[in-house]
Amino acid sequence: MKVEEKLALNAIKNDTKSHILLDQGVCAACRERMCIAVCPAHLYSMNEETGEMAVEYAGCLECGTCMIACIYGSITWDYPGGEFGVQYRYG
Amino acid sequence: MDKIDAIVVGGGLAGLSAAYRLADAGKQVILLERGDAPGSKNVTGGRIYVDPIRPYLPGIIDSAPFERHVVREMITVLDEGSALQFEYGNEKWKKEPFMSHTVLRAKLDGWLAEQATAKGAFIIPRKKVDELLYEDGQVAGIRSGTEEIGAHVVIAADGALSFLTQKAGLRQPHRPENLAVAVKEIYQLDEKTIEERFGLGSDEGLAGLFMGSVTRGMFGGGFLYTNRDTLSVGLVVGIDSLIHGAGNIDAPGLMEGFTGRPEVERWIRGGELREYSAHVISEAGIGAVPKLYRGGMLVAGDAAGFALNLGLTVRGMEFAIASGVMAADTAVMALNGNDVSEASLSSYEKRLRESFVLPDMETFRHSREVLDRQRFFTVYPRFMCELFDELFTVGDRPKEGLYKTAKRVAKKYVLNMETLKDLLAARRL
Repeated sequence: MKVEEKLALNAIKNDTKSHILLDQGVCAACRERMCIAVCPAHLYSMNEETGEMAVEYAGCLECGTCMIACIYGSITWDYPGGEFGVQYRYG
Repeated sequence: MDKIDAIVVGGGLAGLSAAYRLADAGKQVILLERGDAPGSKNVTGGRIYVDPIRPYLPGIIDSAPFERHVVREMITVLDEGSALQFEYGNEKWKKEPFMSHTVLRAKLDGWLAEQATAKGAFIIPRKKVDELLYEDGQVAGIRSGTEEIGAHVVIAADGALSFLTQKAGLRQPHRPENLAVAVKEIYQLDEKTIEERFGLGSDEGLAGLFMGSVTRGMFGGGFLYTNRDTLSVGLVVGIDSLIHGAGNIDAPGLMEGFTGRPEVERWIRGGELREYSAHVISEAGIGAVPKLYRGGMLVAGDAAGFALNLGLTVRGMEFAIASGVMAADTAVMALNGNDVSEASLSSYEKRLRESFVLPDMETFRHSREVLDRQRFFTVYPRFMCELFDELFTVGDRPKEGLYKTAKRVAKKYVLNMETLKDLLAARRL
């Protein structure tokens, strides 16, 4: 099963604004792109046309791994607002 | 600013235990939880050991909504294409009092929230705490959005990421080598199928551990817990290991590879995937424990780095409950003495030292650096699988003696200086 299909099983209430902000200047200089490998939800992807890193914040599992893995400090990460985000029904 | 007695940030097991205890002592306590309900942002492996926490939640812990009591431990060591599996069971684990139970957090935390509410704690969901408020250098409350609430004591139980401890200057930013990420899937299967498939009686459960090639040589391992009518299946990998392996395998791919292994697939076959979750876990032992208090503030549970991975046993929830209760007891004492200064709250650390929490964290101070030796995830699993492979194989040539076979395989993998070094390191476990 694709990870997108797995994410679709979760109960998530999405905010209209992202709780994950990227510094594109830092991302442009990054070669390792750890965020792509470490995110369990596979939310990060590099848009090769624009050269910009994109993050699909809507499927976020709120684990925080990307923020910790990005040792270059590109990622500003906060929890989604109190009304939003993933709601685990099993946990 | 008007102040209530205490604010607890985070409705996981640490925060709920603290709120329960504070309310039980007659203190005004508000617990703020950012999820829809306590437990809705939590992820556990999931197993809880009951004996360590019974003294901290007397009277209620035995009525908690656990899933199954664990009667068997199953260990699977995997190489590419082969695996060695063994089990340990003990008849005494089938009799009360049970040692450990599998759990699901939405249910367990929801129950503890009910207990705390019944004692008079005020639990407010869907409230994210943004900042701490200070007064004369002491923590004096919190801000959530535009709303400010004053409190004599703030207990930070905001989980492994704990932004509050960092904001309060109690710890440095997180480092990749100190944390692992756990990815978990929940599969629904009916109770009877689970019991037949795993050979379990009613209410009985199994805890499974997977090590070796499932993490492709990276620090970590897999787990499987039988719940009442679901299975918790997941993988834990060091974040720094994932970074250094970047490009070769990503976390979702690793998880897909894990559940696709026949040794894992056989257990979840026919199960319906219900949830996909992830969370970080502290893996650094006492080395990553922040300062635990400052004037007007205490830190409990995962926020305090209280988690212990000993390879065969992984513990966190007991530390959360015990530290939450001790943070509450410290706060009650400080409130009664009208002194919530740093000096007054420092007795929290003394309580933790006199309990199992800090001594356990101290005893296993070196566990991560020992377990982090790559050969544990590569050479030894391969050695074990190849040894059994050779012992079981009957080919067209005369079979050599068993001892000779064992010696030859051992020579290939483990009769060397590197193993000696690993053994010497393991003395620190």
